Amino acid sequence: MNILAGIGRAVLGLLADIGRLTAFTGRTLAACVSPPIYGRLIAIQVLRIGYFSLPVVGLTAFFTGGALALQIYLGGNRYGAEAIVPQIVVLGITRELGPVIAGLMVAGRVAAAIAAEIGTMKVSEQIDALTTLATNPMKYLVVPRLVAAVLSMPILVGIADSIGVFGGYVVSTQSLGFTGSIYLKNTVDFATRQDINSGLIKAAVFGFIIALMGCYHGFNSKGGAQGVGAATTAAVVSSSILILAANYLLTSILFHT
Amino acid sequence: MTAKIQLIGVKKRFGPKVVLDGIDLTIEKGSSLVVIGGSGTGKSVMIKSVLGILTPDEGTILVDGQDVTHLRGAARDPVMKKFGMLFQGAALFDSLPVWENVAFGLIQGRGMARAKAKDVAIQKLAKVGLSEDVAYLSPAELSGGMQKRVGLARAIAADPEIIFFDEPTTGLDPIMADVINELIVSTVKDVGATTLSITHDMASARKISDHIAMIYQGRIIWSGPTSQIDHSGNPYVDQFIHGRAEGPIKMAVKA
Ligand SMILES: Nc1ncnc2c1ncn2[C@@H]1O[C@H](COP(=O)(O)OP(=O)(O)O)[C@@H](O)[C@H]1O
Ligand SMILES: [Mg+2]
Repeated sequence: MNILAGIGRAVLGLLADIGRLTAFTGRTLAACVSPPIYGRLIAIQVLRIGYFSLPVVGLTAFFTGGALALQIYLGGNRYGAEAIVPQIVVLGITRELGPVIAGLMVAGRVAAAIAAEIGTMKVSEQIDALTTLATNPMKYLVVPRLVAAVLSMPILVGIADSIGVFGGYVVSTQSLGFTGSIYLKNTVDFATRQDINSGLIKAAVFGFIIALMGCYHGFNSKGGAQGVGAATTAAVVSSSILILAANYLLTSILFHT
Repeated sequence: MTAKIQLIGVKKRFGPKVVLDGIDLTIEKGSSLVVIGGSGTGKSVMIKSVLGILTPDEGTILVDGQDVTHLRGAARDPVMKKFGMLFQGAALFDSLPVWENVAFGLIQGRGMARAKAKDVAIQKLAKVGLSEDVAYLSPAELSGGMQKRVGLARAIAADPEIIFFDEPTTGLDPIMADVINELIVSTVKDVGATTLSITHDMASARKISDHIAMIYQGRIIWSGPTSQIDHSGNPYVDQFIHGRAEGPIKMAVKA
């Protein structure tokens, strides 16, 4: 009986969470389309979310591209198909790994930072203070972060794609015996516009997830430093899981499989 | 006398816990009311209900005779512009320098140009005894007393008709507490505002109020002019203002 009660409580809790999140998303979207829109704040957030994520996204993309090239080479070798490295690297990076790696890295960096910042504002009554100063916290805090993340992520992923392909190129030409010009020609000839665009669409969705999770958990944090810590963890974990789930969903929609 | 703010039968609970259990309270235009009561008795919840940060479960809140109980969003903006609020922990925005904190309501809420709002901010900081150098510091660089002063400057920046003070002296040393009390009295006189303060500091309550009300178990159990507080004939009030452990008020150990 106790087990059943526990399961029941967990299910009810989950449903309540989904309800709260849906309401929060609705309020956010409503705030996005009504004035005032704070352009200055969006610019600041593009800098913080997009620009400052460049090093971490670039580095991880580079190593991922390199490792991918190695594995494809080794796997292809068994069938004498090792020449396929450039084609599979560009496909894997632009369609899947570029957006997913960038999404997960930005989730760790940005969702955590947003949740911590907004959570601290919540528990120190700064969000209440916004209301008393006739400023809508959804518009002032959530909308700029959401817009900035949705705009920045595709750009970040575009850069991650290039650096990831470059990582594969470096490994292939330096240690796998590929000729640089042929590697590049095969890459460019093989990649289609749809491969790249599918990754950029994913990136925008991941940006939405990251900012929404950061803001949602920040707004719902309570009880001092510990509550803010819990909100930060929840933001990173939930945005990472949602990114991977959304990635699967988008892949199956975008490629009609 | 006309009522500036009126609370009629306001109730608020969190889950099973009843915090406000039918608050009736009237604040006359131009008066300074202090609500006293123990920690965790719902003083902050009461103020936040009037401000629309929390929504009461039952009851009515009138501001200038207008029912604002369920007024939210853009429709509430004209009402919010009547209010200034000093929060318990000052609640300064730590991402902004001091002057932008003070000017915030002018720039974001009222669309004043930044340069002009900055002049007003520096002028208001002077009113609470802070020089222009402080304007460029970040709130984290200030002591608790200075933060309260900045919070006060922010509360009065737009010359509000109504100012709320949530425990303005809590956590300050006695001298700084008195400085804040003096500032409250002088600034309020300056802008001619109606004020509602909540505190458990009796010295502060006597100094900044002309009327006092006491909240206990979610209701107002006594109210009257400040001069009458020592002759209330109410055992709860007597116990509270003299700070006795013995009396009708039993302290719950768990809030
Ligand atoms: N948002 C909230 N959610 C749940 N409980 C709350 C909330 N705000 C206040 N409370 C509870 O209401 C009670 C009164 O709080 P408060 O008004 O802050 O007391 P005080 O009189 O010290 O200002 C406390 O027990 C507090 O735990
Ligand atoms: Mg309080």
